[in-house]
Parts: sequence; structure tokens; C-alpha cells
Amino acid sequence: MTRYLLSMYQPDGPAPEPDILDPIMRDINAVERQMKDAGVWVFSGGLHDPSTATVVRANGDDVLITDGPYVESKEHLGGFTIIEAPDLDVALEWGSKLAQAVRLLPIEVRPFQDEP
Amino acid sequence: MSDRPAPTTARIGTVFRDEYGRAVAVLTRYFGDIDVAEEAIQDAFAEAVRRWPESGLPPSPAGWIITTARNRAIDRLRREASRDERHAQAALLHARDEPAEEGPVRDDRLRLIFTCCHPALARPTQVALTLRLLGGLTTLEIARAFFVSESTMAQRIVRAKGKIRAARIPYRIPREADLPDRLASVLAVIYLIFNEGYQASSGDRLVELMPDEPEVKGLLALMLLTESRRDARTDPAGDLVLLSDQDRSRWDRDLIAEGQAIVRECLRRNRPGPYQVQAAINAVHSDAPTAAATDWRQILALYDQLMAIAPSPVVALNRAVAVAEVDGPEVALTAMNGLDLDGYHVFHAVRADLLKRLGRNADAVQAYDRAMTLTENAAEREFFRGRRDALN
Repeated sequence: MTRYLLSMYQPDGPAPEPDILDPIMRDINAVERQMKDAGVWVFSGGLHDPSTATVVRANGDDVLITDGPYVESKEHLGGFTIIEAPDLDVALEWGSKLAQAVRLLPIEVRPFQDEP
Repeated sequence: MSDRPAPTTARIGTVFRDEYGRAVAVLTRYFGDIDVAEEAIQDAFAEAVRRWPESGLPPSPAGWIITTARNRAIDRLRREASRDERHAQAALLHARDEPAEEGPVRDDRLRLIFTCCHPALARPTQVALTLRLLGGLTTLEIARAFFVSESTMAQRIVRAKGKIRAARIPYRIPREADLPDRLASVLAVIYLIFNEGYQASSGDRLVELMPDEPEVKGLLALMLLTESRRDARTDPAGDLVLLSDQDRSRWDRDLIAEGQAIVRECLRRNRPGPYQVQAAINAVHSDAPTAAATDWRQILALYDQLMAIAPSPVVALNRAVAVAEVDGPEVALTAMNGLDLDGYHVFHAVRADLLKRLGRNADAVQAYDRAMTLTENAAEREFFRGRRDALN
């Protein structure tokens, strides 16, 4: 079994209105339930806006704390799901289900390294 | 001393090219890892080069290569596994659970094609991997075909194999529900390989592996009918000759008969797909003893069918060429309006021809100029230049 990170990148800016967002959240939750029922779900979560991020950096013995995010770009990681699947085809199937639930945003599917 | 003839190095090279794909496919199934398979086969061929000139060619060279490669790999993996290398341990574990026999080879090669052409890999990578793993081409040969340096191509192949391993791109024939999509990707890769002239035999191979897929047959028919016109496509000076101007006595009748027979078989099965329809269009062309005798109405009807099942701007452009023959150049020009093909040289060449037929020579010259700027093929550029200069 391999663990895969399904990440959702979204454009910066305000979230969609509730009448758009609510059915999407409902569908995402439904896919998550399916993942749990199938025994592939490991973890998932949505993230607050990047403006809430803080960057911590080691600087010799000191630690430097700065207002984040670390990478400035037009898109940011909005949330992610971790699943466990026997191969990429199975992982892509779950990724497709999630993409259909999310509708407007792409899902990136990426394997974790094996645990040491 | 064996009584079998001693093979030359060239003969061993031929065995390598012919059997490489089969050996990689079998050993990839066995070890679950393409790199382990490839390395083992390289070892086995190195051994063959040392042994065969003296011992003679074994009765089954492929069997010898596969057995030798497997034994060598197991020895090597055991040494590495004892040094606690996890990769080697995984390959050994995989091998322990796999049956040792060499068959069914047919299915192994098919699996490998689907791995090489997996949609998670970019199309050029799919082509390169297929040529490398199934065609037995060297990285240098593939690099030349792609006009990139050997190190660039080596890197691309290493990265692709790394992705196959890390992301676990599976080594199996897709299930029924996914087969149409996945097969389309395999067919596209084989057609690209054929069109670029790398390897004409790959279509035959696939038919041998998937005899019941109508689209595989359709692709083979399309390739045979395209190939039948190869000699007529250029004149003695090496310049391009359009289909309408080709010397039809130079078409290969045997290839046409073979291609048309497959098209008829596809028609009987009545499970049409894009490659079958394109093959049927080519079959209508091959039927005409002269360009003027071409049954354009039937060709137009086939393009309508192609637009219904696999619409694309390029198909619409080809359809417009048939429209010009059936309804005249004016109607065809209208049909081309709105096609998003401004960067495609053939679009401007077709437009130039239609404008010329309407007597709009100045517009035609401009269109040929645009086609000349856009093409990357020197022979085509000369062809457009000739057409343009004839108008001035």
C-alpha cells in the first residue's frame, strides 16, 4: 500500500458565496464518507486562508518568526486528503471523485515516500 | 563444440532488438520493477555476446535470455538484500510470489504497453518509454528521433521510470470500464510512432496482442493504407506529391488489399471508432483509379461520422476539403470559418488552394506565405513556395 496526498489548490481571494459553496462542501463530505467506508481514508482537512500562516526559520541557535505564507503566489493549498491505495489507478479514481465534488479546482495526486 | 552455427555480433544485435520487449515484459512482471528487469537483461545479453559465438545460438534465444537474466538478477538481488537494501528485498519478495514460467508472454507485453502509455505520463514520455521498453531502441536512437541530446532523453526516461515506481503506476491490463480510454492512449502512441517512421511493425504487434479490439484493427488498416502510398508521396527529386497528383500505379496493391480487407471486416463488426473511420476514408481513396474518380460524397459522409464520434478542428479541416469537392470551394471556405487553426500550416495551405480555385490569387499568395512561415518541414516549405510562385 502507498499513501497518496490529494491536494486542492485554489486561487487567492474571497471564498465563493454560500449558495455555491454549500453543495460543494456537501459533496466533498460525501466523498470523504465513501473513502472511510472503503477503508482508504487516512486524514483530511481544510486550511485557513494563507494570510493566517506564520513562518518559522532556524537561524543558528535562534529561531526567526515571520508573518507568512512562505510562498507567495496566485494560488495556495486550500486543503488536502491523505489516502492509502494499492496503486496509482486506485488513487486516481478517488482523486477523480474528489475533483468532481470540488468541481472548479484541480486535485494533485502525489505519492508519499515509503516509511523508513 | 556445438554443431549449431556461431552467431555473429550483428545476429546477437538482432536478437536483442527482437526479444528485448518480450524479456522486459516477462521480467517486469516477475520482479515488479522495470529497472531490475532491464539491468538483468543487459547482463544476460553481455553473457550472450561472450558465450554464443562459441556455443552457438541456443534453440530459444529469448528463453535463454529470460532464464539467464532471471537467475543473474536473483543472485544480485540476494547479495544486495543481505546488505539491507530495501529495494532489492522488495523485488525478491515480489519474485517469490510470482509463477516462474515464461508465459503467457502475450499478456506481459500488453501489460507493459499499458504501463508505458499510462495517462499519468506525458505523451512524449509515453512514446519514448514504448520505444525503449517494447521496441528495444537505445536511448541514443530515441534521442535522435526526438532531436534532443542523449543525456536529456536518458534523464526523461529515468524520471518516467522513477514516477512509475514511486507513484505505483500499475503493471496490468486495465479493467473493462477503463479500457476504451486507456486503449485510445496506446493507439495514439503507436500511431505517432508509425507516423514518425520509427517503427512500422508496432501496429502488427498490437493486433497480435489484442485481436478482438476493432479500433486496434482500424489503426492497423489505417497504417497499411497510409504505407501503401509511401513511394508515390515523393517525386524522384524528393519533393512532396499531393494525393490528387500521385502516380497511382506506384501505390502498393498488396498493402491496399490487406488494408481494405480489414476495413471490410470492421464494417461487418459495426463497432466504429475514429481509427476505423479514418481507415475507411483511406480505403475510399485507394479504390479510385484516378483522382477524378474519387467518391467524395462517401468520403464526406465518413467525415460527418468522424465529426460525430471524434470532433476536432483538424477533422473539420479535412472535412472541408471533401466539402470543396462535393459543394465547391466557396462552401468549403465558409465551413472553415471559425476553426481555431491559425497556427497550423495545413489550414493556410488548404485555404490558399480554395482561394486559388475561386480566382482570388492575391489572397492565395498571402495564405501560402503564412503556411511557409508556419511549417517546420523543409520539403513542405518548398512545396508551398512552388504553389505560390505559380500564382504570381
